[in-house]
Amino acid sequence: MITKRIIPCLDVKDGRVVKGVKFKGLSDVSSPVELGQYYSRAGADELVFYDITASAEGRKLFTDILRQVASKIFIPLTVGGGISTVEDFDRVLKCGADKVSVNSGAIRNPDLIRQAAEKYGDQCVVLSVDISLVDGTYQVFSRGGRDNTGMDAIEWIKRGVDLGAGEVVVNSIDTDGVKQGFDLPLLQKVCDAVNVPVIASGGAGCIEDFVELFKKIPKVDAGLAASIFHFGEVEIPELKRELRKEGINVRITRDAE
Amino acid sequence: MIAIIDYGLGNLFSLMSSVKAIGGEATVTRDPEEIRRADKLILPGVGAFRDATELLAKDNLGNLVREQASEGKPLLGICLGMQLLFDKSFENGVYEGLGLIPGEVRDIKERIPRDLKVPHIGWNSLNIRKAHPLLAGIEDGDCVYFVHSYSAITPSENILATTEYGAELTAAVARGNVMGSQFHPEKSGTVGLRILRNFAEM
Repeated sequence: MITKRIIPCLDVKDGRVVKGVKFKGLSDVSSPVELGQYYSRAGADELVFYDITASAEGRKLFTDILRQVASKIFIPLTVGGGISTVEDFDRVLKCGADKVSVNSGAIRNPDLIRQAAEKYGDQCVVLSVDISLVDGTYQVFSRGGRDNTGMDAIEWIKRGVDLGAGEVVVNSIDTDGVKQGFDLPLLQKVCDAVNVPVIASGGAGCIEDFVELFKKIPKVDAGLAASIFHFGEVEIPELKRELRKEGINVRITRDAE
Repeated sequence: MIAIIDYGLGNLFSLMSSVKAIGGEATVTRDPEEIRRADKLILPGVGAFRDATELLAKDNLGNLVREQASEGKPLLGICLGMQLLFDKSFENGVYEGLGLIPGEVRDIKERIPRDLKVPHIGWNSLNIRKAHPLLAGIEDGDCVYFVHSYSAITPSENILATTEYGAELTAAVARGNVMGSQFHPEKSGTVGLRILRNFAEM
């Protein structure tokens, strides 16, 4: 049986992981390579690296780092941040990324999804959407959640999948950082609307939030989080053991046992 | 030396890195001499079957791989590279493969319930069907990473492992010195690295 995925997300700026990370035994807590290896050993099923640099030099550093990560870590790697052209896809895929996630770039130019899917395959294109409930409807926000586009989120996701997105990351702005659990009503709506893997993001505060996510919405494929993993509030081996105990099918790596 | 056949498709960076990580020696190449000199061959591949057969036909690369495998050189096909080992594929038409393992490649949608998502993406567990050096140290239930929409149908004597996704799908095959994995060992963590090591040490 296919397993539910647990995905830590790392923000990278100028080649370093930002947001302080508290781990014992890591000599360099802001090294993407060391952190990636740590998570890979802990049983992460995939890693997401977001490039939050704005400068060209930052971009260059990011691809150098990505190449180092991909030469050491043998689980799927997804890259996002500042992807707005097919050339951007090319740049990160050549450095060892397996999937590329698009957000604002696809809002500005939806055809980017189609072009990239035609060239690299649907499985390579991840549509990431920042969503907030405004006046009773779910709306799409761009530029890292700053601008309300006024677009209906479910319609946008459907369109993105029609254009060739092979996976959707649903970031709930409303639950993000609140640590009271994932945005289940929103996730249910997305799962009802499309038939590609859906990754839940925003709101996880503890192990029970993941249990609830996968139990209440069996069609969700993965749970993504950042700070709760980085700060050790949720440890991946323990999270997976608990999920398995609750009857949710997850990959338990023998190293982590 | 393992020659990773570079015909223009696939994440060769990760494959190359993973062979290095297990202490193997590999080169990414399309040079016939280098391919002939290599002890083993890996046929990678991501994308569509037809594109792959067209690219392999260029410079007779496909024929060279077939010739080398027929002479007994160990060959591992990965993902689309595994599908290419069979007689033919029905992906958007009917296209001939290398014919090294009897069987054909068909759309998984023909066999799985409609509500299951396609492509089959993610970590899925192996059901070991036959003991084989390629899977030494791998246990029933070990998870590996899949990304595919088509799957091989071949007589059970060629099947080393399957995976369950609404139907029993072929996960690993072998016929003599020709082997294949539908999943990506280079993206399957320690389990995948073990499989690559098994191949490198054959």
